[in-house]
Amino acid sequence: MGVIHNDEMVLNIGPQHPSTHGVLRLKVKTDGEIVSDIQPVIGYLHRCFEKHCENLPYEQIIPFVDRCDYIASMNNGFGYVTTVEELMGIQVPERVEYIRIIMAELNRIASHLLALGTFGLDVGAFTPFLYMFRDRERILDLFEITCGARLLYNYMWIGGLSHDLPVGFVESAYEFLDYFEPQLKEYHDLLAYNKIFIERTGDVGVLPPEVAVSYGVTGPNLRGSGVKWDLRKNEPYSIYDRFEFDVPVGEGEMGTVGDCWDRYWVRALEMAQSVKIVRQALDQLPNDGNVHESLPKKVRPPKGSIYQRTETPRGDLGFYIISDGSNVPLRVKMRSPAFTALSVLNEIASGWMLSDILVILGSLDIVLGEIDR
Amino acid sequence: MTVDALIRWFQSWTASGGNITFLLILSVILLALPVFLIMAVNALVAVYAERKLSAFMQDRVGPMGQGPGFHAGKWGIFQTVADAIKLLLKEDIIPEAADRKLFILAPYVMFLGAFIALAAVPFNQKLLVADMNIGIFYIVAVGSLSVLGILLAGWASNNKWSLYGAMRSAAQIVSYEIPAALSIIAVILLTGTLSMQGIVQSQAGVIWGFLPNWAVFNNPFTFLAFFIYFISSVAEVNRTPFDIPEAESELVAGFHTEYSGLRWAFFFLSEYANMLVVSAVAVVVFLGGWQSPIAGVMTSAWWGLFWFLGKVTIVILIMIWFRWTFPRLRVDQLMNVCWKVLLPIALLNIFGTGLWSLFIG
Repeated sequence: MGVIHNDEMVLNIGPQHPSTHGVLRLKVKTDGEIVSDIQPVIGYLHRCFEKHCENLPYEQIIPFVDRCDYIASMNNGFGYVTTVEELMGIQVPERVEYIRIIMAELNRIASHLLALGTFGLDVGAFTPFLYMFRDRERILDLFEITCGARLLYNYMWIGGLSHDLPVGFVESAYEFLDYFEPQLKEYHDLLAYNKIFIERTGDVGVLPPEVAVSYGVTGPNLRGSGVKWDLRKNEPYSIYDRFEFDVPVGEGEMGTVGDCWDRYWVRALEMAQSVKIVRQALDQLPNDGNVHESLPKKVRPPKGSIYQRTETPRGDLGFYIISDGSNVPLRVKMRSPAFTALSVLNEIASGWMLSDILVILGSLDIVLGEIDR
Repeated sequence: MTVDALIRWFQSWTASGGNITFLLILSVILLALPVFLIMAVNALVAVYAERKLSAFMQDRVGPMGQGPGFHAGKWGIFQTVADAIKLLLKEDIIPEAADRKLFILAPYVMFLGAFIALAAVPFNQKLLVADMNIGIFYIVAVGSLSVLGILLAGWASNNKWSLYGAMRSAAQIVSYEIPAALSIIAVILLTGTLSMQGIVQSQAGVIWGFLPNWAVFNNPFTFLAFFIYFISSVAEVNRTPFDIPEAESELVAGFHTEYSGLRWAFFFLSEYANMLVVSAVAVVVFLGGWQSPIAGVMTSAWWGLFWFLGKVTIVILIMIWFRWTFPRLRVDQLMNVCWKVLLPIALLNIFGTGLWSLFIG
């Protein structure tokens, strides 16, 4: 009897592929269906973000920040403007703080809806994806009546906001929240508690907490591994310390702690928590206050540097800004949470089957715009 | 109407009996045309139904543009016709590195399987092309031809995604044919015939006092066999949750990644025709074929056609419903379901049906 030799085949996934979430390329070594090595190739969406920043005034960087993580532009802008405000020592009015929180949390829901929808798509469920997009649409409508844009808002300004809330926004937001909360149950029935979905995601692509921490994975991916770390709770920025909400973590309900199902479930629970925060913020929203009140005439931070991070839907988004006292930053470094999430892919996904690779990739919820910058 | 009957009918026209070869070819073509038409119409209607139903399930409106009327059209009922015309007019691309001959051959091989299987499907008491005494065996046998087409397509495309799709599909279809065939055997034990008409005729009357005497209601074992067959047939026609050969999010488009235009349309056509064939088999073997659901009522040939098509439509709609509800299984899980769950149950089922018909039935 001869020995059967297995040839390894190099498979090129992407950059044009239905489930690489943008333009990611994966060089995958396969032995039949089993994948032994994954090499992500990034840079197809590189737009010289950090170089642009060195040549633009502070306030003109905001649109570029929006375009990094285009799924959660509000959160990105939020992170950038609070960093610059911290550097300049600007105190924004109460109303601005509340509106920022409302927008950021609504955008978090929208981002998680997209993440879960496309994750369902990776697993092969088409219908939940469209249900989630339907509901995401309503959030985008809210943003549209506020600032005119549906995806790239340029809404958070250094020291304020581009527009105040329009008439009727608060009512529409309440209406949306009342509509949205029961919808969560439908998603759980369609995906989270679906037997096939559990088979595909439970115990698959387990990310142990130690590995997650050593790679610097943050956000829902880290919490999915059972680590209770959320900057909104652990290092409250803005006015997050005024709201009551839980930090859901993965408990390995359908398998091991840190599997794809846990990451899915953490995002699903986080949407409910965001609804809670938005509700509280809408209740406490002060009626008076001018959102342009504290806008600086000229954005010229004093000489120095600052690193500040915020919790975006994808994790810790950090901005390191060095100022030389002029209106153009000397250097802006963006610490991207999606980048670290992608770096862990080979660690947790090799040894699984080809179908699992894309499920694990989907569960990490990466946005290529932010990885390539 | 069979080929023999058609030839005899032609011969009765002429005193001499005519040229038998010519008459044979003429009869075969005359009978093949309606079968092809059935396939084409089935694809048109099923694709439209699939698109509209999925749209309704997903809170969309679906195709609305193409239809009768001057401007916007009505409910897009000609959408699939427009699609078909578009596909006919599209550029036919054959990759340079492809195995040209096999690449061209593959869609027709897949088409052939579905096409000749339809010949043995009895649409009502009289309407079938060939009432063979081994009809069901024939359908199960030629039904596996489609896997040959898929393999050819996957190999000839010279594309890694296609190859993956083809290999997965070969494993899947061949595996799922076994529980499907075994569950059919459970019914054949009761009917004692392999002829499609014979199987339908044996399901006349009433059972348990009120239910129609369909095989699915005959005894607990055949009831179970129906579900085994249905699950296996969904896997056999590569539909969600078993659509791993063409899993969009993994394999781009699976075995037909490199196909375009008319050749792609042929894959599509045969896919929907396969769906029709497996649904027809499910209806004939388990759901009483053209028998009326209320025994002895509305039993004419036209009603037979109505009942048959109605039941087939329901089975196809359930498949469509599956597709837009479930996620997709993984390859190994798919094989586990087949070899570790369906196959043992199907085997026990035969045993159980035998005991039942010996002692109770």
